[in-house]
Amino acid sequence: MKGGRPGRILAFTLLLLGGVVMVTPLLFMLATSLKTGDEVYALTFLPRAPTLENYVDILTRSPFGRWFAVSFTVSTVSTLSVLFFDSLVGYTLAKFRFRGRGVVFVLILSTLMIPTEMLVIPWYVMAKSMGWLDTLWGIMFPGLMSGFGVFLMRQFFLGVPDALLDAARIDGLGEFRIFWEVALPLVAPALSALAIFAFLGNWTAFLWPLIVTTSPGLYTVPVGLASLSGEFQTDWEMIMTGASIATIPTLLVFIVLQRNIIRGIMLTGLKG
Amino acid sequence: MFFAVVRFWPAVDAMMLSVSRWNLVGPRQFVGLANYERMAGDPVFWQVLGNTFEYLLLGLPVSLVLAFVIAFYLDRVEYGQGLLRALYFLPHLTTATAMAWVWRWFYQPPPVGLFNAWLGALGFGAQPFLRSTTQALPAVLVAAIWAALGFQVVIFMAGLKAIPRSYYEAAAIDGAGFWQILREITLPLLAPSVVFLLITTSIGLLRIFDLVYNITAGGEGGPLNATKPLVLSIYQSAFARMDMGYASAQTVVLFVILLALSLLQMRLLRGRDEGGRG
Repeated sequence: MKGGRPGRILAFTLLLLGGVVMVTPLLFMLATSLKTGDEVYALTFLPRAPTLENYVDILTRSPFGRWFAVSFTVSTVSTLSVLFFDSLVGYTLAKFRFRGRGVVFVLILSTLMIPTEMLVIPWYVMAKSMGWLDTLWGIMFPGLMSGFGVFLMRQFFLGVPDALLDAARIDGLGEFRIFWEVALPLVAPALSALAIFAFLGNWTAFLWPLIVTTSPGLYTVPVGLASLSGEFQTDWEMIMTGASIATIPTLLVFIVLQRNIIRGIMLTGLKG
Repeated sequence: MFFAVVRFWPAVDAMMLSVSRWNLVGPRQFVGLANYERMAGDPVFWQVLGNTFEYLLLGLPVSLVLAFVIAFYLDRVEYGQGLLRALYFLPHLTTATAMAWVWRWFYQPPPVGLFNAWLGALGFGAQPFLRSTTQALPAVLVAAIWAALGFQVVIFMAGLKAIPRSYYEAAAIDGAGFWQILREITLPLLAPSVVFLLITTSIGLLRIFDLVYNITAGGEGGPLNATKPLVLSIYQSAFARMDMGYASAQTVVLFVILLALSLLQMRLLRGRDEGGRG
């Protein structure tokens, strides 16, 4: 099975090279965000005199701080909502027998096949008639639950032994406390995976926030970035600064949670 | 309840809209299949559909083969595997909007664009990239493949790790060569990961939007619609021209394509299970 030693060194070198190529766009983005306007056209990679001027500039000239707050609020609220409701529904579907359980499950599963793109127009119509256009709630409401999350949580709750829940019942715990204190801690890996997916999904969402918001004060980071970049046109160092601000948080999250994220993806890849 | 209101009803509503003419302000008007007829006679629609499949048919094999090769060798690396994997995975976590602008900058004509600067330094002529009707779509696709590669590598690696080492050892003892082991052990046992990625990658490519909207000037979809995918066309019909009926008809087309893919996946998965039992 072992390739020769030179073969392995060659493979390693090629992989490393490929990896460097993969992060090159990110490095260029960061490096350019630290350059002054005149230096952008120089072919050098590293800025001669790194400066945070662009960051100060962009934060004072545009409501980037606000967009950040909007994105953060939307992503956090949606993630918490997804975690709570999806696990509750998933648990109910996995552990209780009731009439129509199969129908409900199939209905929820089938929503997985309906693409967001098909739903944005009816959502828009709905939001318009309810007066939700251009509000925080309007950005959030479609993402408060996800069929994927329900499916994932159900699969994991199926693995929780009934005997454990029955023991808790005999001990006199209420149904909600059984869910909250006994079952939920047992599926912690699935919860953390779901939390990461939900947060990143909301953080990077573009189409729906673009449609539902019209006032710049309510843009999310991606929508704000798109409008800002359109405005800057050829000030590439400013655009790269905006792109960096949008990207740095997810990179930080990855560095902190790397293991969880990769494990989460592997989990869903194998269970899905 | 939530699902009924926010996911299910809108889907039905979209189908109904697709047989109506409506500009969002006036009353809805039932027009039968007129929207679909208009679609069939609309050259831009066919071009957009062709683009969408071009993203799919070019992007799918390239990205999956690339991801498999990387995962295959990465799986054997003994030192620094985590770090290498992180390098490949990082782009997957970025915001497509932000990355679209980075790539857009790379593709600019000289003296701004990085790629053209490099080409110039190597003595080649400048390429138009995003401004050309033939190069623009592949240029966008490169960025799309780049962004999704890390995810695919991680999934493939998970699949590879699930194959017991003893299988390889047994095959090696039996004298099987590299290609034979690959074809008869690795790939068949990796089938679940392959099917999963085939479907998720196809769906991702068919729904491509953020990247194209941002990478092509002002979200128009490239020179002469050269890069415009279906979702961008839907967005423009609905929210630039307020033609909700025509836009909905296009979403129904997208839905049918995705549904066909999902059914295909189920068939493939079921076929595999039966094969496993037999």
